[in-house]
Amino acid sequence: MKTRPRTIAVTGLNATDNPAPGVGVIRALRAGGDASLRIVGLAYDALDPGAYAGDIVSDVFMIPYPSQGLEAFVSRLEYVHRRVGLDVIIPTLDAELPSFIDIAPRLHAMGIGTCLPTREQLDLRSKASLAALGARAGIRVPRTAALSDADELLRIHERVPYPFHVKGVFYGATLATTFDEAVSAYYKVIAQWGLPVLVQEHVTGEELDVVAVGDGEGGLVGAVPMKKMLLTDKGKGWAGITVRDPELVGIAQAFAEATRWRGPFEVEVMRDAHGRYHLIEVNPRFPAWVYLSVAAGMNLPRAVVDLAAGAPIEPLRGYEVGAMFVRISIDQVARISDFQSMVTTGELVRSGGLS
Amino acid sequence: MSAILRLKELALSDTGFVFDPASGATFTVNPTGLCALNAMKDGLSREEVAARLRERFDIRGGDPARDVGEFVELLRQHGLISAEPEGAQ
Repeated sequence: MKTRPRTIAVTGLNATDNPAPGVGVIRALRAGGDASLRIVGLAYDALDPGAYAGDIVSDVFMIPYPSQGLEAFVSRLEYVHRRVGLDVIIPTLDAELPSFIDIAPRLHAMGIGTCLPTREQLDLRSKASLAALGARAGIRVPRTAALSDADELLRIHERVPYPFHVKGVFYGATLATTFDEAVSAYYKVIAQWGLPVLVQEHVTGEELDVVAVGDGEGGLVGAVPMKKMLLTDKGKGWAGITVRDPELVGIAQAFAEATRWRGPFEVEVMRDAHGRYHLIEVNPRFPAWVYLSVAAGMNLPRAVVDLAAGAPIEPLRGYEVGAMFVRISIDQVARISDFQSMVTTGELVRSGGLS
Repeated sequence: MSAILRLKELALSDTGFVFDPASGATFTVNPTGLCALNAMKDGLSREEVAARLRERFDIRGGDPARDVGEFVELLRQHGLISAEPEGAQ
């Protein structure tokens, strides 16, 4: 009797100059050379670059946006499960997490494991709740306000002084130095992400990030801190290096402890000129640079797979300081037949599926 | 973290590449700077660092002790030391 290979599905295959985390997560899962592992990419767009990375992605299936409704979402995942058989799904995008959390019991009933926080935990780290989270976890947070009406911008400087960042609830940040810039940024956020719009005090200093995994019991499975060395014009890290920073890891630990977070997360902080840390945001998923954790000797995506599969896991301690990543943009070669398959059938099955 | 501790943590290569594992910052120094940094890591005083520089390099005239002081100030500006190192006073 032929056994089916262990099959992990990963979302977030977009890999432009502001890449989604999917490809990094997949590369991490591929590290170690388990040739029998089957990686299934779940794509939202037929041109998601990760879909054409045939050397690391076995099969690809288009999935509907969560905004199209949970039933369509679940129905599609059921189809994928019938076609290739899934053991674990790792979502990597902020906007899809609520849907995955809501359908997790149904996925588990199908035998598909996930490693996700609860909706309550997800809300605890939302940008609108950051100040309360800071108070709860004992972490310094820049002054932040949630706005639901443009008129509030007239007096917002009384609570959050200029310059400040105008942020969407999921993504995007524009620095506003004047009222006019704030209004412009406000409407840009509304058009893209809707309400609420967040206004956050601008803190100057060095940006540092930690990728970590919470065990759901208040502890950390592992954490790797990184300093960005090179930024794109969108402020995204294009190169970074692991650093020895116990205080930074302590912030990730405090977050996991305060929320009892289960699954991957990324903490973004600013270290000011006085060496004080300010929590900018907590992303409820792996960052795009997660492969650096593998380079530093701590494969966090694999730990998440083990947690999702219910396997016992030992906390990961110790990582290499000075491990670097330098991102590269390459032109992948694809066949028109692959693109045709993605467009017309919404799938690209290279592994042969369930046999 | 004390200045001496910060200095001791610095990773120095023979080529003059300096990596601060706490901040992730990287620098390059010339052979003189590398010699001075290694001497400071060894806990030598400013005068002793200057003496080591005289010993290793062909220094005629000038004021190596003053140069070491300027170098220490440069290290402080780059956040590699948080205060005047006890050694290089």
